Amino acid sequence: MAITTTAPAKRYSNSTYRTIRRVRTFGLYVSVTAVLVYMLFPYYWAIVSSTKSGQALYQFSLLPSLDFGNYWQLFHNPVFMGALVNSGLVAFASTMISLVIGILAAYALGRLQFSPGRIILIAVLMISIFPQVVVLSGMFEVIGWLRLYNRPSALIVSYLILTLPFTTWILTSFIRDLPTELEEAALIDGCSRLRVLTHVLLPLMGPAIASTGLLSFILAWNEFLFALTFILTDENRTVPVAIGLLTGSSRYEYPFGQIMAASVTVTLPLLVLVLIFQRKIVAGLTSGAVKG
Amino acid sequence: MASVTLKNVSKSFGAYDVIRSIDLEIEDGEFMVFVGPSGCGKSTLLRVIAGLVPVSEGDVFIGGEQVTEVPASKRGLAFVFQSYALYPHMNVSRNISFALETARLGRDEIRRRVTKVAEMLKISHLLDRRPRQLSGGQRQRVAIGRALVGEPEVFLFDEPLSNLDADLRMEMRFEIAKLHADVKTTMIYVTHDQTEAMTLADRIVILNQGRIEQVGRPRELYDRPANRFVAGFLGSPRMNFAPLDRAASSGSVLRGVGGFCHSAELAGADAPVEIGLRPEALKLVSAETKGAIRGTFERMEDLGYEYVCYVRLSETLVWTVRSTGSPLAFAEGEVVGLSWQPVSLYLFGDDGRRIDHGGALHLALGASL
Ligand SMILES: Nc1ncnc2c1ncn2[C@@H]1O[C@H](COP(=O)(O)OP(=O)(O)OP(=O)(O)O)[C@@H](O)[C@H]1O
Ligand SMILES: [Mg+2]
Repeated sequence: MAITTTAPAKRYSNSTYRTIRRVRTFGLYVSVTAVLVYMLFPYYWAIVSSTKSGQALYQFSLLPSLDFGNYWQLFHNPVFMGALVNSGLVAFASTMISLVIGILAAYALGRLQFSPGRIILIAVLMISIFPQVVVLSGMFEVIGWLRLYNRPSALIVSYLILTLPFTTWILTSFIRDLPTELEEAALIDGCSRLRVLTHVLLPLMGPAIASTGLLSFILAWNEFLFALTFILTDENRTVPVAIGLLTGSSRYEYPFGQIMAASVTVTLPLLVLVLIFQRKIVAGLTSGAVKG
Repeated sequence: MASVTLKNVSKSFGAYDVIRSIDLEIEDGEFMVFVGPSGCGKSTLLRVIAGLVPVSEGDVFIGGEQVTEVPASKRGLAFVFQSYALYPHMNVSRNISFALETARLGRDEIRRRVTKVAEMLKISHLLDRRPRQLSGGQRQRVAIGRALVGEPEVFLFDEPLSNLDADLRMEMRFEIAKLHADVKTTMIYVTHDQTEAMTLADRIVILNQGRIEQVGRPRELYDRPANRFVAGFLGSPRMNFAPLDRAASSGSVLRGVGGFCHSAELAGADAPVEIGLRPEALKLVSAETKGAIRGTFERMEDLGYEYVCYVRLSETLVWTVRSTGSPLAFAEGEVVGLSWQPVSLYLFGDDGRRIDHGGALHLALGASL
């Protein structure tokens, strides 16, 4: 039995490795900065433009000119402010409804053993494959039958078709990952299925609910196509459409500054929500809340 | 308190039979332990009793009442899970009181009961903590407290101690025994640790592949196992087995490995095909000893309080010998003898069943050496 020794692999000196490590770190920061600049520039540009008016808009400058006239005009525009309220209501309501239905569906699909569950789950996924345009005309009919045309509730109903599939999917997989024994313990403790859901599972699903809720809120808040199609009059419009239909002081002026101001304003609530819930999501994931 | 009766209970998951027509009577106040190898269906059987898993066939009675279709929440049982399954978002106090809240008991009554249980289990100082701030042993106590507080008719335990380290396990074992002596409630306890089974049980059920192999008092199962499986399952190190040489055996003379040769008058029983001897029944003797079987001394383990020796009888067969006596002066590779009292020899038939020889077993003279 011959013992074979492998020759040590060729290696550089210690200082070479130090240099390599420094170059790598530097490269990492450079690329992260590049990505950040690329991603954030459009938003920065919007902010910069929103503080300019008149001719200033057409001069290239990276610095904001700190003229808040656009915002002033915007906040005195009743259509826009109404649209802001409508958007809030519609996004909030459709998020809540899709969370409630999604949680109930997820509990049924993720836990209760009944055979059509798999098929339903796949069907739910199929729904979200179709592009919005495909369902548009059918949805239009449905809205007509429900007599919801030109009402914000038409949007609440139609947004469910966008938000429910992924809400159900994410929550189902989350519920599946919760230990079955927790639920069994609750059943032994005398809980009904509903009480198991509300008192044991829901408190543990905080992170999943926060993330799905956030996603569906953003989706509903930014939705354009349904909002344009199902709403006829200004007082029922939501923000994305209202921005698209902003008009300047004369027919020939494109109110670029105001549009930018509106876009910035509309992003702010989302930013706040993301900041609030993002902390919740991270806290929930790292606290080991799920492990018993 | 209540008795538990299973009548012809079966459970299949799809085409896979996990529990196969089990009949069992568990008396009121009894401490019943289910043991068996991993995957034999212990947990499933316990869940069937709890109502967490519906039966495929058969009936479950608790306290004489038919409960086969009664949901888990209405059976009045308590269940202690292997993973404890404490509610992570509730503190200890709420974990314990949750069942009482669900049952809509008064606030004072709840507080009184929680305090009593917490004192009993020495967890009063932990009531405000979350489960993740507790050690394994403390979690276990909380889980038992949660079971205890509802004053259930029957306690069900599913390997409650298997996540604890050895010392703590012993301590908790003792406490569970004490608990049973105190509350005298029917307890059904699943384990794969035979020490727990032997020490805690009034009676043991030995399960294998979804069937009951034997039910009985621990001593009874140990001394008079019904079959080879039970004999091999209880005892540590496990029983030594060796096949008998059928061709060489004739009439009442049995021959086997290592020069084994006994004569036995077995009234009407099937011919034994295998012998079994517990490690502590064997004695290491010199190779020339009359009646001893011979093997090669392989290795000795000194555990401080006892010695475990390994003796090779054939290519494939190594027997263990356990003794508490002084160190044995055999060298590795030396040929040694093994002897035993005739009563401690077990004989097993073709179907694995033990054949009672009533100690009427003799050396077949002159044949051994
Ligand atoms: N929900 C289920 N679906 C399918 N098969 C299952 C299910 N639950 C248990 N089984 C199977 O039933 C068999 C018995 O499982 P069980 O949990 O009762 O074993 P056990 O005796 O408790 O084992 P262990 O000692 O490892 O806990 C296993 O083979 C397992 O794979
Ligand atoms: Mg088990």
